[in-house]
Amino acid sequence: MNLEIILHAGLATGTVLLFASIGELLAERSGILNLGVEGMMLIGAMTGFSMALATGNPWLGLLLAMLAAGVLSLAHGVVTISFQADQVVSGLALTFLGTGLALVLGNGLTGQNAPLIPNYDIAGLAAIPFIGPVFFEDHSPLVYLGYIFTPLVWFYIEKTRPGMHLRAVGEKPVAADTMGVSVYRLRYFYVFVGGCLAGLAGATISLSVSPGWYSAQTTSGQGWIAIGLVIFAQWNPLRAALGAYLFGALRRAILDLQGPRMILGFVNPLYINPNLGFFLQMAPYLLTILALVIGSRAAMRKRIGAPAALGEPYIRGERGL
Amino acid sequence: MAFPISIAIEKRTADVPRWMPAATSIGSVVAAFIVSGIVLWLIGSDPVRVYGFFVRATFGSWAAISDTMVKATPLILVGLACTVAFKMKLWNIGAEGQFYMGAFFASLVVLVPLVPAGTPAIVVIPFMAAMGMLGGAIWGFFPGFLKARFQVNEIITTLMLNYVAILWNNFWIFDRWSDAGFQMTPTFERNAWLPRLSDLAREYPIFSGITLHLGVVFGLLAAVVVWWVLERSRWGYEIRLIGDNPHAARYAGINIARNIILVMMFSGALAGLAGMSEVSGVVHRLQERISPGYGFTGIIVAWLAKLNPFGVVLVSILFGALIVAGREVQPSGIAQMIQGFVLFAVISSDVLLRYKVRLVRTRADQNAAGEAA
Repeated sequence: MNLEIILHAGLATGTVLLFASIGELLAERSGILNLGVEGMMLIGAMTGFSMALATGNPWLGLLLAMLAAGVLSLAHGVVTISFQADQVVSGLALTFLGTGLALVLGNGLTGQNAPLIPNYDIAGLAAIPFIGPVFFEDHSPLVYLGYIFTPLVWFYIEKTRPGMHLRAVGEKPVAADTMGVSVYRLRYFYVFVGGCLAGLAGATISLSVSPGWYSAQTTSGQGWIAIGLVIFAQWNPLRAALGAYLFGALRRAILDLQGPRMILGFVNPLYINPNLGFFLQMAPYLLTILALVIGSRAAMRKRIGAPAALGEPYIRGERGL
Repeated sequence: MAFPISIAIEKRTADVPRWMPAATSIGSVVAAFIVSGIVLWLIGSDPVRVYGFFVRATFGSWAAISDTMVKATPLILVGLACTVAFKMKLWNIGAEGQFYMGAFFASLVVLVPLVPAGTPAIVVIPFMAAMGMLGGAIWGFFPGFLKARFQVNEIITTLMLNYVAILWNNFWIFDRWSDAGFQMTPTFERNAWLPRLSDLAREYPIFSGITLHLGVVFGLLAAVVVWWVLERSRWGYEIRLIGDNPHAARYAGINIARNIILVMMFSGALAGLAGMSEVSGVVHRLQERISPGYGFTGIIVAWLAKLNPFGVVLVSILFGALIVAGREVQPSGIAQMIQGFVLFAVISSDVLLRYKVRLVRTRADQNAAGEAA
């Protein structure tokens, strides 16, 4: 039970949730709900690991993982954007397909040792007391990427011209279309980007944060938590990142709580009966629900919420909503 | 583009021919098997051998058919659970958790125990079924309430509660009711077992080794009940109206919040009954992994059946076969992969029900819908 260790590990596991939830956030801001995150993450984790194993280069594995998950997400794009099918069902189908494909193609990868992405210190910053060891020491470069990535995405969505087009397509596609923005093309693009980021999240697990391929246990529902985080964050990337790191720290704290015999002068009930840990493991899932309740109450009060056209297919030439 | 022929997609103006929904479902399944076959071939398996094995393992003998029906039984019930909820566009992805809670509550009857030892099966079994439905209904109530009261997205809450239900079950089987340290409870007494055809083997030797149990009757009865509720009752009319047009439903004075909670509980009760049928009819104890994802397969079943309760029965048999076959072949994800392809093919083929797809000569004034392709 060491706060420094918990926060340090929380940033690492939180980075996985961060990539996945920001990817989903981008797709949702363009109006496409993609519930296939879990499946895309598994494809990413499997592809990254197996390609690193095959080529000996974890970075190449990472790249291919993003590409594989991005290509998979296009299936969702075709079905929901071109065929205007129900986004919920298509997203579920994507999860089934991604999970099944990852298990079939990843057969035999368990127990193998692939070259991994090494950890680095940030020279200078690592020397700052407490902050340094937590944020800037012995982290995967992907964690550092997450620090820079989040504010960039926020800036992109809120302050740039392509970001404005993204928001327009998700809020009022008819208006965007009249402005000359191609709704279909942008939605395909952001679904693809979301897929790539989910793939990156998956490969971050298998090549860096908790390396290896453990079939469906590799992600163990984190894709779904990422979707919950997007709602909790009210479609704001900065809040999504904060939520991701908090959940990451929580996952680690749960593991650490089971170790010591005494906590704060009391006998640790988990030490006496480790089975009580099952209740502790419920925490991330229950907290996701709690976060949603709080998030939706705040959204109701402030009248902010989902992108207006989220989940609505856009049919050119028909009267828009 | 120079290509002289393009695909035009036009909105259907006339009604879809009656045979088309079934035809697209069947076509989707065939297409999914072909695509999965290609994947199998690419990874070095022989799809013809794998599929040949599938057929023998699932319909090759009376025992194999019985195995398939045993696996189809929970799928019928969870498929119906999803059908009820999806009719109202209520995305209950939590049938898996409701299944586990149903199994847990049904097991309470034996494990607490809630009935004295030696109570006849005719009392114990209905009690367990009622408890199973109660457990599932409770687990459906929470997300229903949160959606009705706080507009919390039910997809995420039902999904999160799946994990919670499995962990909850794990605590009891690892800790309180562990059988000599194993991750399962002791085997139930015979009075808590659903009757099986093999029970009749002494009088009718043909039934020896046939494990088909009474749960399949629960499933068939539930299909009739769900059909009646959805198609013949006033409540079903409300459910369908809310699903098709919530605004119209609100104007008609239908209480949507109340219906959200009730439908989630009805849906949960059906999934819970599936859990009861598994512990009482198949494993005869509460243990880990009583469901290989029935709750999720139920979603595909409901969708492939086009939310038709009798269609659910037929599709469940096909998917029951897929589970039986998937157990026996490596690598382990094949069945799940085929399910994913099937679901994708089904929703893609829905476009055929809404639009006419034709090949046309390209003209300059190509209509706007054509570009959507």
